[in-house]
Amino acid sequence: MQKLSEFVSRRELFVNLTLRELRSKYKRSILGWTWSLLNPLTSMAIYAVVFGVFLGVDPPKGDPSGLSNFAMYLLCGLLPFNFISNGLNGGMLSLLGNANLVKKVYFPREIIVAANTASWLVSFLIELGVLAVALAFFGNVVVLWIPLILLLVLIELAFVTGLALILAPVTVYFRDLQHLLGLVLQVWFYTAPIVYTMGLVEDQLGTTGWKITLYNLNPLVRFVEAFRNVFYDMRFPPLADIAYLVGVSGGVLFLGLFVFGRLDRRLAEEL
Amino acid sequence: MGEAAIAVDGVWKRFRLYHERNQSLKAAVMRGGRAKYEEFWALKDVSFEVTPGTTFALVGQNGSGKSTMLKCLAKILRPDRGTTRIEGKMSALLELGAGFHPELSGRENVFLNGSILGLTKRELEQRFDDIVGFAGLEQFIDMPVKNYSSGMYVRLGFSVAINVDPDVLLIDEVLAVGDEEFQRRCLERVAELRAAGKTIVVVTHSLPVVRSLCDEAVWLEHGGVREIGKADQVADSYLGQVHLDMQAGVQANPHRPTGQVRITGLELLDEQGRLASGVATGDRVTFRLHYEAADPVRNPVFSFAVHTTDGVLVSGPNTKEAQVPLEKIEGTGHVDLTVDHLMLLLGSYDLTGECTDDTITHSFDRMHRALRFDVHPGTPHETFGGLVSFDGRWSLTEE
Repeated sequence: MQKLSEFVSRRELFVNLTLRELRSKYKRSILGWTWSLLNPLTSMAIYAVVFGVFLGVDPPKGDPSGLSNFAMYLLCGLLPFNFISNGLNGGMLSLLGNANLVKKVYFPREIIVAANTASWLVSFLIELGVLAVALAFFGNVVVLWIPLILLLVLIELAFVTGLALILAPVTVYFRDLQHLLGLVLQVWFYTAPIVYTMGLVEDQLGTTGWKITLYNLNPLVRFVEAFRNVFYDMRFPPLADIAYLVGVSGGVLFLGLFVFGRLDRRLAEEL
Repeated sequence: MGEAAIAVDGVWKRFRLYHERNQSLKAAVMRGGRAKYEEFWALKDVSFEVTPGTTFALVGQNGSGKSTMLKCLAKILRPDRGTTRIEGKMSALLELGAGFHPELSGRENVFLNGSILGLTKRELEQRFDDIVGFAGLEQFIDMPVKNYSSGMYVRLGFSVAINVDPDVLLIDEVLAVGDEEFQRRCLERVAELRAAGKTIVVVTHSLPVVRSLCDEAVWLEHGGVREIGKADQVADSYLGQVHLDMQAGVQANPHRPTGQVRITGLELLDEQGRLASGVATGDRVTFRLHYEAADPVRNPVFSFAVHTTDGVLVSGPNTKEAQVPLEKIEGTGHVDLTVDHLMLLLGSYDLTGECTDDTITHSFDRMHRALRFDVHPGTPHETFGGLVSFDGRWSLTEE
């Protein structure tokens, strides 16, 4: 509770650190902010060509939107994944990168991690905005869905922040976690229907039974599906999915704050 | 109890000294999870209180725990046992320009650094012109900080730091680096804050600072409290101990006798022949080196070196070049170098003493920068920088 009021009183610091992350990210690059759009667009192009053209994955028909476009289908899943991936990669190094601050000034160190996540949140929102514009060309106008989209983003933000709060201090103790995270993210990417469709999974694992249940427990699967429901299909995600994500994300965030609070004590010595 | 601005109660702080750092998972798994480390108590049951509106010094030798104590007060480190309590808004100046980002402009960094130190945006906007003006960087404020010289960088950091307006200010002596001008401003600002009734805690080596600026002091030794009291008294007993250590030859500095001659102590004596830690420009002083030679040594050469604290050699006289005949020494004794008018200017200096053979290539023993002493303004009175006075005579001739 005391932490919370401290955090509130240092909110300007949080904003300033977030701005620093954002400003420094693309400073001194000619294209500047455009890079934050080029990255997902490039991955989208690669996956669309490889999976959509060469491997011939059929884009599923959006229900009820009727949209059928593999690139759009892909992007709806890729963007939520990228937010997790960027948020964790940046977050886990945030304390190491700000070692000097941690060692020389006191403020709630959660702010450093949170500022990093917040900077990626801004990128995520911009990307989603571009996606919404692109979808509009194909007939999916998601304007009315914005409150729901923001809710999903908020839930995912809690998830990413919680994981980053665990990873950041642990990485201070075990520096090679950063390499491990790269591997984990690579595996995680293919455990969710991003480049392939949910239909293919159900063909293999069935629509009921423990296998598909296990598959569906993966929060990334539920995030990808929920975003796709809204953006691609233009329908309300199953309430059970949202409830599950709220539960998991809330739990992860709580765990993150707890772990961070425990490891926080000796951070200044270990850095 | 309730009226103390700072209350430190039974603080213990432990550090881990790792033998082999476990910074990879593989190493951690191979070793069964735990890295081997030794525990080291940096602070042992430290308690003291600081009265509001006073200036309090933490003194002690390197490794005595004074910086650790300051970091505990600043909440950067957490004590393992005991509590620290600070009344009111606290600000700690342990580093200038904390969080400066090289790619961002000076303006952006002022706001960033200011908010790190706890200033709000409103306060920063009000003080922005003062900050930039004080640093003298009006023309450069929109330039990325990476293009600043190191002096500009420090000035900007300092300028933000002194505009923090807390009830309790913690200052590390690292702030006292920089040129003369900069140090003077720093001290002036501390004096201003003191006059404004702020509570200040300062960590320092410099006894003149303790005497002139501080009301009370605590002397830490090996992590424990050795003495608490009036700043003058603590400074006196601290100084006494430093000299005792010196004479006992237990100085922690590199000391590598090769056998024949051992240097057992270095001293600085004032005009009256008393031990001194500080002298004034123009004073008559004596540098004294105590030695011990177990066996007779022929043609030894003794030398002194005086360095500034940042390592510039100011002078390095020796007995050979001075053509002082020393045919043989045996047993114990001391060598004096008497200087009629010490021409060093305001600052802190380190004294090194060495004994070598006749060729000055083979060192019997050396006490490297083992004695630090301060020089205060004296006669000639020159306070505009530099290391030595020429003690010259001015004249004006109209033609």
